[in-house]
Amino acid sequence: MVTSIMIVGVGGQGSLLASKLLGRAAMDKGYDVKVSEVHGMSQRGGSVVTYVKFGDKVNSPIIDKGEADYIISFELLEAARYVQFLKPGGQIVTNSQQIDPMPVIAGTAEYPSELISKMEAAGAKVDAIDALTIAEQAGNAKATNIVLMGVFSKYIKEISKEEWVKAVEASVPAKFLELNMKAFEMGLAAE
Amino acid sequence: MKELMLGNKAIARGLYEAGVAVASSYPGTPSTETTEEAAKFDEIYCEWAPNEKVAMETAFGASRAGKRSYCAMKHVGLNVAADPLFTMSYTGVNAGMVILVADDPGMHSSQNEQDSRHYAIAAKMPMLEPADSQEAKDFVVEAYDISEQFDTPVLIKMCTRVAHSQSIVETGERIEVAVKPYEKDAAKYVMVPANAKRRHPIVEERTRKLVAFAEESSLNRVEEGSDTSMGIITSSTSYQYVKEVFGDKYPVLKIGLINPLPEQKIKDFAAKVDKLVVVEELDPIIETHCRTLGLEVTGKDIFPLIDEFSQGLIASKLGLPEKPACKPIEGLPGRPPAMCAGCPHRGMFYVLSKLKLTVMGDIGCYTLGATPPLCAIDTTECMGASISSLHGFNKALGADAEKKTVAVIGDSTFMHSGMTGLANIAYNQTNSTVIILDNSITGMTGHQQNPTTGFNLRGDPAGKIDLEALVRAMGINRVRVVDPYNLAEAEAAVKEELAAEEPSVIISRRPCALLKKVKRGEPIQVNPDKCKSCKACMKLGCPAISFKDGHAHVDTTQCFGCKVCSELCKFGAFENLNGEAITW
Repeated sequence: MVTSIMIVGVGGQGSLLASKLLGRAAMDKGYDVKVSEVHGMSQRGGSVVTYVKFGDKVNSPIIDKGEADYIISFELLEAARYVQFLKPGGQIVTNSQQIDPMPVIAGTAEYPSELISKMEAAGAKVDAIDALTIAEQAGNAKATNIVLMGVFSKYIKEISKEEWVKAVEASVPAKFLELNMKAFEMGLAAE
Repeated sequence: MKELMLGNKAIARGLYEAGVAVASSYPGTPSTETTEEAAKFDEIYCEWAPNEKVAMETAFGASRAGKRSYCAMKHVGLNVAADPLFTMSYTGVNAGMVILVADDPGMHSSQNEQDSRHYAIAAKMPMLEPADSQEAKDFVVEAYDISEQFDTPVLIKMCTRVAHSQSIVETGERIEVAVKPYEKDAAKYVMVPANAKRRHPIVEERTRKLVAFAEESSLNRVEEGSDTSMGIITSSTSYQYVKEVFGDKYPVLKIGLINPLPEQKIKDFAAKVDKLVVVEELDPIIETHCRTLGLEVTGKDIFPLIDEFSQGLIASKLGLPEKPACKPIEGLPGRPPAMCAGCPHRGMFYVLSKLKLTVMGDIGCYTLGATPPLCAIDTTECMGASISSLHGFNKALGADAEKKTVAVIGDSTFMHSGMTGLANIAYNQTNSTVIILDNSITGMTGHQQNPTTGFNLRGDPAGKIDLEALVRAMGINRVRVVDPYNLAEAEAAVKEELAAEEPSVIISRRPCALLKKVKRGEPIQVNPDKCKSCKACMKLGCPAISFKDGHAHVDTTQCFGCKVCSELCKFGAFENLNGEAITW
């Protein structure tokens, strides 16, 4: 059994920390883990994808169409962009924040409407949450990624809250630990 | 100890364990982190060289001096370093030397998707190809042994999915390697024709010995399967995809030493299976080898020569049904990469776009100046080509071109291979205008220092090359520095230098907005009552500015406070967050 999770968003939103946290929690639990990232040009405000897979034995580091159990998205349009990577009935946990891509800024396209219902119509389960506002309440908009991981942690029954907390402690710099712990707890508590 | 490790970090761990002492590289995605991570070990001296050729020669010098050495580059970097590569194959090494080359199938961050395995064959050099982080570390250690045993530098080929995937690594201890004293040996190290003629047969003999090694080495391993109707030869990340699709069903010959390839081992494997399939990304290297052995093989007749593979691709090409999936949502706008809010390049590209100039581009973050809405760049090929091709363009068309054509090149790229192009302009004289976009860092690869920044790889103070003095010393008399946040100044400078009757260099200087030392300005906002919806500010393509409810709107969480947009507004609609007019 392998659990496959895609973390998607806009370059610069902090997906590498989220994947580090998830990979860490899964490894500490004794699973085989692979995490695949893309660095370089696409990080400059482009659409970015990170794959995290854990289980008894993981071969491929990437996730193909119809293979993801979960998509964690930092931005609404990016969640919709990758919906076909989900298994039918797979779960999306997404930030409801919208960030205009360059074609929208340049006026050649419009930001699509009703994305949540479109994702549901495509066959996904969607849990959308305003993680940015929660992160601001926790003390810093940059903790949006950790808020989302708090929300997502509820779905992964294999990893206990204590194990998540340990992974957060191991993954963030000491001076930001308090902020990130608060953000994680607020994500976990969010409905 | 077990650790979840990026492939590139595992390479660095391997360097540490192999007792490597010197590393010299030029950054390039997806190879950069190998050297950055190696720099975290005090035992390894690490540096950024000005380019890959210099890096490789530096590492070679260290090997000759008797210490294990390393250099890393992306696939296109190996083109730059190809000159030393081919002759180092003749001279061999003193202490072990490893050259890492990282390919980028699918071109996540590259201008082509060349297959570096050709270089190993052409230079007659052994090449190892790991398939995950554990192998990345282990293969490095083994590569140094091969290097010293067979007296040759050894190539390690990574690809994006091995370099930038994390998997679990069992770490080992560092081996302390004794320095091998340097001894003068002209017959080995002075490659004049008479000596090189004597070295070439040694290279050929070495390859024969390496083939024998390839037959026995555990780098090439057979994994038995329950169904011998098909057998698969594969390597690198393709191996992982094959195992993902078929598990232990079919026998697999997993190749770790990609050059030279074994012969008998492959024939024996082929004899055990009904149908032989080769799964490899990009070019048919293993497949061609199989054919020269007289084997019937399925390869590029079904698998693409283009782009990276995935388990889904392999499954579908071998006739398995597609997995059920959620339906794609059609018609979504794309999200291409863009210059960041506050990017110093934006102002200069706005000016070049406004003046409708022909712009020879180069390699770096600023290549994004080619994207809408600025569309300011006409060409991009390789490191340094902006300047040299500008000279050729101007030579071909004369004054007509000289007055409306410029080259743009970053500070790091200029040091890499822009200088020689400028030497050609200074020497063979075109009235060319070169703009050095000096953002005080190597940006696209993730902020590496370079000879113009004044800091070394570890961030400590280092020698600093003065660009203005350098350019003047090369014979360019017209050299000026402008601030690209000041559009009027930048535009005036470009017009004047294009008009000048001699070559000129404009240094467009502002540090990258993402640098930690750069202080963010106060964000600004749009007063919707003053905004006349002319969209002049939208021409900048700033990710912080959008058009909402009939007016320009600034996302204050993204705004960097560069205020370039306010310079374009004729109506004074931009103001600070207190509602006051923008001042400079």
